[in-house]
Amino acid sequence: MFRNQYDTDVTTWSPTGRLFQVEYAMEAVKQGSAAIGLRSSSHVVLACVNKAQSELSSHQKKIFKVDDHIGVAIAGLTADGRVLSRYMRSESINHSFTYESPLPVGRLVVHLADKAQVCTQRSWKRPYGVGLLVGGLDESGAHLYYNCPSGNYFEYQAFAIGSRSQAAKTYLERRFESFADSSREDLIKDAILAVRETLQGETLKSSLCTVSVLGVGEPFHFLDQEAIQKMIDTFEKVPEEEEGDAEVAAPAEQGGGADGLGDQDVAPMEM
Amino acid sequence: MTFTIPIDNGDSVKNAEADSQRTLYPYVTGTSIVAIKYKDGVLMASDMGGSYGSTLRYKNIERMKAIGKHSLLGASGEISDFQEILRYLDELVLNDNMWDDGNSLGPKEVHNYLTRVMYNRRNKFNPLWNTLVLGGVKNGESYLGMVSMIGVSFEDNHVATGFGNHLARPILRDEWHADLSFEDGVKLLEKCMRVLLYRDRSAINKLQIAKITEEGVTVSQPYSLKTFWEFKAFNNPTAGAEGSW
Repeated sequence: MFRNQYDTDVTTWSPTGRLFQVEYAMEAVKQGSAAIGLRSSSHVVLACVNKAQSELSSHQKKIFKVDDHIGVAIAGLTADGRVLSRYMRSESINHSFTYESPLPVGRLVVHLADKAQVCTQRSWKRPYGVGLLVGGLDESGAHLYYNCPSGNYFEYQAFAIGSRSQAAKTYLERRFESFADSSREDLIKDAILAVRETLQGETLKSSLCTVSVLGVGEPFHFLDQEAIQKMIDTFEKVPEEEEGDAEVAAPAEQGGGADGLGDQDVAPMEM
Repeated sequence: MTFTIPIDNGDSVKNAEADSQRTLYPYVTGTSIVAIKYKDGVLMASDMGGSYGSTLRYKNIERMKAIGKHSLLGASGEISDFQEILRYLDELVLNDNMWDDGNSLGPKEVHNYLTRVMYNRRNKFNPLWNTLVLGGVKNGESYLGMVSMIGVSFEDNHVATGFGNHLARPILRDEWHADLSFEDGVKLLEKCMRVLLYRDRSAINKLQIAKITEEGVTVSQPYSLKTFWEFKAFNNPTAGAEGSW
């Protein structure tokens, strides 16, 4: 994608029928660190890579609880993600208050998509620069949706977004057919393995990933580091003298986020 | 310096002109509703009368209506407010259907929606002058609840409105039990309705019984109860005190 005369305004069409500003917004999603979602017929697992600006800071929060039965993982401009999460929490709680009943996740994602669409059709707005993996329950079971800045949403059995998500997607494509009947534990294991794919060689440690689960009879919650490490230990050899390598790998990781596109640095606001 | 005293024409509590905008008294009213949970769902009974003060003006008013696929609403109190509520619910059910996504509003959701509406109107001093009974079945679970005009809301195994609270509930407290058959349920409701017929001056002898189960709603054709007036004391009512009526 190169700069052209039709990309200044979100309300300007290109002669080939494209809205470049919307497409650029979707690029921002690809720059963020990976987020992965998978579902079975009764559970949804959301997992993400924890990226911190430096060793001194804490990592950016990328998975949010929307309600007991809905969670969201984001990639891209996290500030936009936070605002949209707040909107989702608001919609969910308003529905609960009026109807004493959980908001079906399928309806929430439509509200979210319509909100995103508005920003693609106002000259004084810009599209949200964040992709959302929304996992939740409704009457027909567990669902996973992807909402993108264009205002489109799709339902998935499993999906990954953000940088190096293709590696995770390849892994998921090989295994997704078994997910519908997967047990809760297998689903979590697959999520962590998918996260490992995006790390490309870096040793998988529980401190590097955040995993959340929700399901029928199980409200949304995060798995604690111990539980994640236990899972990791079932399939990874405990690394022996690899601390030196890990430290060398970390700074290289930070700069490599852009994957060789125009921008060399990851903008501080994108995680 | 001159001061203008603001006149708030929207303030319907202190301003007489704005009073025409809010409900002060009911005009055409329906009397009791009685409802019970039974084996397959919920049974509800009401008569078909609409009183205009002490006159029994309308004798063909259906005070129970199906809402969506899973609920049945019965109302006592102002009939025009009941019709307004049916319009709100119509819109609610329509929007729910338009989603076309396999999710649907169950009786619990409808009951809570109505509670919000009734309570909000009460807070604005412009109530919908009704006591509503909401019954339904969804996914095998029966639901029966009530909302009053001031927003008091609760669920129970048997409910009644108006005079039904005083005359029917005591009977139900003694004789209701879980898993009543359809026949027993109807007999129990008819027993309550008979007492109401004798003792509630706004009751008429033309009633309907509605049933809601997992399959849906059926409202019976109107019919009347057998009554007995041949008590000896009725033959010469003033026997004990000649000259009185």
